[in-house]
Amino acid sequence: MGFEVLLKGNNLARLLGGLGVALKISLLSVCISLILGTVLGSLMNDRHPLIKGVLRGYLEIVRIMPQLVLLFLAYFGTTRVLGINISAQTASILVFSFWGTAEMSDLVRGALSGIPPIQYESSMALGFSDFQTLVHIIIPQIVRRMIPLSINLITRMIKTTSLIMMIGIVEVLKVGQQIIEANRKSDPNAAFGIYFTVFILYFAVCWPISKLSRYLEKKWEA
Amino acid sequence: MEAILDIRGIRKNYEDLVVLDHLDMQVKSGEVVVIVGPSGCGKSTLLRCINALERIDDGEVVLDGKVINPQDKQLSKVREKIGMVFQSYELFPHKTVLQNLVLAPVIVKKMDRKEAEKEALRLLERVGLLSKQNNYPRQLSGGQKQRVAIVRALMMNPEILLLDEITAALDPEMVREVLEVVLDLAKEGRTMIIVTHELSFAKAVADRVVFIDGGRIIEEGEPGDFFEHPKTERLKKFLHSFAYE
Ligand SMILES: Nc1ncnc2c1ncn2[C@@H]1O[C@H](COP(=O)(O)OP(=O)(O)OP(=O)(O)O)[C@@H](O)[C@H]1O
Ligand SMILES: [Mg+2]
Repeated sequence: MGFEVLLKGNNLARLLGGLGVALKISLLSVCISLILGTVLGSLMNDRHPLIKGVLRGYLEIVRIMPQLVLLFLAYFGTTRVLGINISAQTASILVFSFWGTAEMSDLVRGALSGIPPIQYESSMALGFSDFQTLVHIIIPQIVRRMIPLSINLITRMIKTTSLIMMIGIVEVLKVGQQIIEANRKSDPNAAFGIYFTVFILYFAVCWPISKLSRYLEKKWEA
Repeated sequence: MEAILDIRGIRKNYEDLVVLDHLDMQVKSGEVVVIVGPSGCGKSTLLRCINALERIDDGEVVLDGKVINPQDKQLSKVREKIGMVFQSYELFPHKTVLQNLVLAPVIVKKMDRKEAEKEALRLLERVGLLSKQNNYPRQLSGGQKQRVAIVRALMMNPEILLLDEITAALDPEMVREVLEVVLDLAKEGRTMIIVTHELSFAKAVADRVVFIDGGRIIEEGEPGDFFEHPKTERLKKFLHSFAYE
């Protein structure tokens, strides 16, 4: 079946290491996206037409652009044209954060505009200050709406990390290819065993995460 | 008796639209004032101006001898003394009934949580909702939500309670359970300003009824005279519009 290669040398450890690289890049990007997205999302409700216009434009561009194009642009483009030498990992974190920030800001904008004005008013009427209203009434409601959605974004990012091998990062899929390549003669069935294992690894990571998001969504549905 | 709330010549515009037109009104301690008037005549706006949810363009609102100033940093201190319940259910959806009730006393008034909970349970029992203390608002009927909203306002022990058409969004069979709570508060001697379209309720609860139209008080009086012997044409017409519904 081709699973034997896994036990050869440190192949399984290498696969797991590749998965680690993918997870590290997506987690870092999610953290950056969460912070920047929250700031931008709050600004999107701003009445200033210029700020609004720029942010909408940014969101549209990110939506339209395939992530791979962004990756090539950030990695190969900057090195040649701008003369900046960034590592492949930095480039992918940049691109993933650029993408995640856009998505996250739209989620924050949506969550914020989904809070009825009467929530602010009834809080004020009870004597809460603006700050207390934000901390005790508004933010907890935003967070409840946001967490399931942002978890969703995390799984999408983890899946999309399979693209970063195209700019030379040795993540789990690339490690798999290397192993298959190295065992082409001795174990021609390796492809199935390895890709199946990669499938299981992605599943093992993403399934609990998406389960968690489903659970929180249920728990907090208003 | 001294007025605890004194509204002096307030004016409110939305651009060209004059909503409140130099309106004066006093409310004495323990008095229940019911406001009626056609839709859009400025009843909600008046209540919202009283606790400075809206800016006023002229005049002033004086509570307990102190002018309510929207720019005041201590505005939230003044609002503590004014309880308000709106037409639409506005409980905090992420908190249980009990949490909804104790949040403001604990955070705003720095009341001891245990003490606040005790008071909340006492009031919940009074409105017949003790068993719902751990439910979330989405698990309550409209009438139950409004009763909780009233209790939430009472938790701050306000000097005056403003109720804005609190039964208007309810199914008819739930109106009574809410109004009975309000009647009970009136008996207890609470100072209240109540906006309502329920005229028979107004008759039962009011010490004084005020008819507003076009941003001014057109006529006011104790409920017997007000409903049986209206003096102005506009009030007669308004009351008539309810007659054959
Ligand atoms: N934010 C606003 N911007 C512009 N106009 C407003 C605003 N709020 C209220 N108005 C207008 O002010 C007028 C008075 O509104 P208000 O809500 O006080 O009426 P109301 O007497 O409470 O009516 P109802 O019985 O229907 O609740 C209405 O003509 C309304 O359209
Ligand atoms: Mg109204």
